[in-house]
Amino acid sequence: MNSSTSPFGKPLARVDGPLKVTGQAHYAGEFHVPGLLYGSVVNSSIARGRIVSIDASAAEAVPGVVLVLTHQNRPPIASYDEPYEDDDAADGSPFRPLFNDRILYSGQPIALVVAENLELARHAGSLVRVEYAAEPHHTDLLSELETMHKAPAELPSPRGDVDGVLRGAMLRLDLEYSTPVEHHNPMEPHASTVHYLPDGKLEIYDKTQGVQNCMRYLEGVFGMEGQIRILSPFVGGAFGSGLRPQYQLPLAVMAALKLKRSVRVTLKRQQMFTFGYRPRTVQRIAIGAAPNGQLEAISHQAIGQTSRFEDFTEHEVEWSGMLYECPNVKLDYQLVALDVYTPLDMRAPGATIGVYALECAMDELAYAAAIDPVALRMRNFTAHNGNEDKPYSSKELRQCYEQGAERFGWSRRSMEPRSMRDGHQLIGWGMATGVWEAMQMPASAKACLEPDGRLVVSSATSDIGTGTYTVMTQIAADTMGLPMEQVEFRLGDSNLSQAPLEGGSFTVSSVGSAVQQACQALQQKILDAAQQSPVSPFTGVTLDGVVFDGGRMQLKDRPDTAVELTQIVAVSGVLEVEVKAEPGKQRENYASATHSAVFVEVRVDESLGTVKVSRVVSAVAAGRVVNPKTAANQIMGGVVWGVGQALQEETQIDHTLGRYMNHNLSEYHIPVNADIGEIDVIFVEEKDEIVNALGSKGVGEIGIVGVAAAVANAIYHATGKRIRDLPITLDKLL
Amino acid sequence: MSATPTREGATPVAACPISLELNGRTRQLEVYPWTTLLDLLREQLQLTGTKKGCDHGQCGACTVLLNGKRINSCLTLAIMHDGASLTTIEGLAEGDELHPMQAAFVEHDAFQCGYCTPGQICSAVGMIAEGRANGRDDIREQMSGNLCRCGAYPNILAAIEDAASETRERLSAVQQVKP
Repeated sequence: MNSSTSPFGKPLARVDGPLKVTGQAHYAGEFHVPGLLYGSVVNSSIARGRIVSIDASAAEAVPGVVLVLTHQNRPPIASYDEPYEDDDAADGSPFRPLFNDRILYSGQPIALVVAENLELARHAGSLVRVEYAAEPHHTDLLSELETMHKAPAELPSPRGDVDGVLRGAMLRLDLEYSTPVEHHNPMEPHASTVHYLPDGKLEIYDKTQGVQNCMRYLEGVFGMEGQIRILSPFVGGAFGSGLRPQYQLPLAVMAALKLKRSVRVTLKRQQMFTFGYRPRTVQRIAIGAAPNGQLEAISHQAIGQTSRFEDFTEHEVEWSGMLYECPNVKLDYQLVALDVYTPLDMRAPGATIGVYALECAMDELAYAAAIDPVALRMRNFTAHNGNEDKPYSSKELRQCYEQGAERFGWSRRSMEPRSMRDGHQLIGWGMATGVWEAMQMPASAKACLEPDGRLVVSSATSDIGTGTYTVMTQIAADTMGLPMEQVEFRLGDSNLSQAPLEGGSFTVSSVGSAVQQACQALQQKILDAAQQSPVSPFTGVTLDGVVFDGGRMQLKDRPDTAVELTQIVAVSGVLEVEVKAEPGKQRENYASATHSAVFVEVRVDESLGTVKVSRVVSAVAAGRVVNPKTAANQIMGGVVWGVGQALQEETQIDHTLGRYMNHNLSEYHIPVNADIGEIDVIFVEEKDEIVNALGSKGVGEIGIVGVAAAVANAIYHATGKRIRDLPITLDKLL
Repeated sequence: MSATPTREGATPVAACPISLELNGRTRQLEVYPWTTLLDLLREQLQLTGTKKGCDHGQCGACTVLLNGKRINSCLTLAIMHDGASLTTIEGLAEGDELHPMQAAFVEHDAFQCGYCTPGQICSAVGMIAEGRANGRDDIREQMSGNLCRCGAYPNILAAIEDAASETRERLSAVQQVKP
């Protein structure tokens, strides 16, 4: 398609927008199935021990209650670890819901009450009496640090002589940062609607970022290969919470199998705090530098919490060895096992924590060296990934610094803390760098040319609000030279072509590449079909001799020799092709990452310690952007998450009970509209022919990375106080 | 609604008849005393456009317009609203023509996942009916009962600013028609 009419790179409105604004988009817990039963989960009130007895008699006596499901009467489930190991499983022995009487964490699901309607199930759930044999538990990372063990992560080997160089460095910093437990809290609670079909097969609407992941999980756990289909057309946010099958899914399936009826289980908001989360961490980062701020050595250690049954790891410290030029680097990652559930990837997992520490430390270095924070980062720029010893396929980070600083007005900043104010408000300007890997996973897609000339492309990926429906339609329309209205993209069905989990910012790169390649393969089929006619003007022509534009195939050098796609498909019948796209070989010699420069203005009330983030500029280098409208929305959302991380979000635990205290949306604070000021997003031009044929790196995570550091640095600039413990609440500033 | 669930020995509780003008149509309904307006919409009437995010009045996803005023439908019992007029997200558009607020939300990409969106839109229309939305800071404050975890707040603000005057005109036109 010629560039003026191509939808690629255009800020188009979402194709699923009208469904979402009219209430017609249906989420997992909203599909109506005849004879549906409702399940309500009962959770443990102790953190460790055993269930001695469960008295369900009062619950069962409520008319309309049909089942109280526990470990004692559940249908058979797998006992070995392997069937439970989903695509995002951590090392270890995955949690097995209702497997036995053992309690591994507070909030563990221990029973499912199934009733004719929702209120009955909930009420009856409150009547279930459980007797426990409690055992001592430990949930406090800080008091258990001596039990830490090496994380099963493949860290890059140390390079250079970190300890020696640190000892001799002219500038030396040794800093400790801590971050709290955070919960994903998508607006839609996790839900599964299990439709029990007459032949005993299950059709399940589930809130997930991986329909095929959930399908394989259930097939393994229940021994039901080929009998399960997962559907997930709309996902009300996930941010990582849907990367693993969550417990409402197997519980709903158990009830459906036991009763041979359709069952829905929707978690309550409080129960959204009873599975994965961002782990609490303590980080220590030591930096040695020359007086001009040139980095000489970095040592970065992270200690994170995990469960007793799985070792959850994420990329927390690697960023310190790859973002800047630094000859001596040592990275370490330790875990502390506690009586809690296993953490779970949460938006920009690892980077959100590790880059926060690194970028706060860089700001402290800027002040130690008396050099502007942007200049310091420019000085330490590298186009080479030191961890992998490879050049970056592209890294327009310096353009991010320059364009971001220009838009923000950074040159008007005075270096001195507490030097800018507006009445009783102290004003602070801070900045940080963001980085996230640009990954690509194997993915497949099917492209089908329908008799009416419409193109239907499909893959078993998800749209968790990221715009997958829209951008895949754009990529397909662009490749096939069709208007958007002629193209439909289908997703969220485990029967569709193989797709990886929707996460890690790799969906455009992975599934988008598959969509593009499937359309290219379909073009070959269309050409072949056209050449079937003995008088075809395309006889002897190869694919690079034709152009697809406006629903027609035409000769490249004679555009008036053309044929409508509808004419071809009328003769050939439906043309269909499925393609598997693999990461390109050319990637192997390069490292690929997205980068950003985040500039933040805070206003701190001098008397009250309240912090308002009044202005943010985020300049992002992410390759080619398929849709600037949805992509900018992703970045803005990431910035909002970063503001929450910096100032508000913390799941607080009562270590005496081993139980979260603020498990609701009035006490677990996330930003509201009034908390958010102006957010300005810049996509700098970045050409990358290595990362994939689209030249697109993905934008789901990069928006949050670095934001918390930029806020913390701005607060230092405003107040002169370094708060190295998130979130920065007003009590820490007074 | 055949079952009248109670504990054994207790007096059976019957579903009670109520009348609702729901999205312009009068509906005769049977509701149990404990059923919230939200559960009535979602589970009994399959009007799932109104969302349940917390069930505690903390997130605003269940916002509907009750007699023109925005309320959290999870915090009120259906039985209390006999004779009321209720507008949900399903009742804002006129046929295929989106309400100006809905159209503005699409145009400004004022959502990502879409789960808080019906509540945001109903809340925005209700806010304008209250005579609010006087400037950006006022909109931000008055819309702060509607959480958006995707963080589309700047776009929500832009959409509301854009659709405010047309929504006001539409609201005053409706009021003039009413006796």
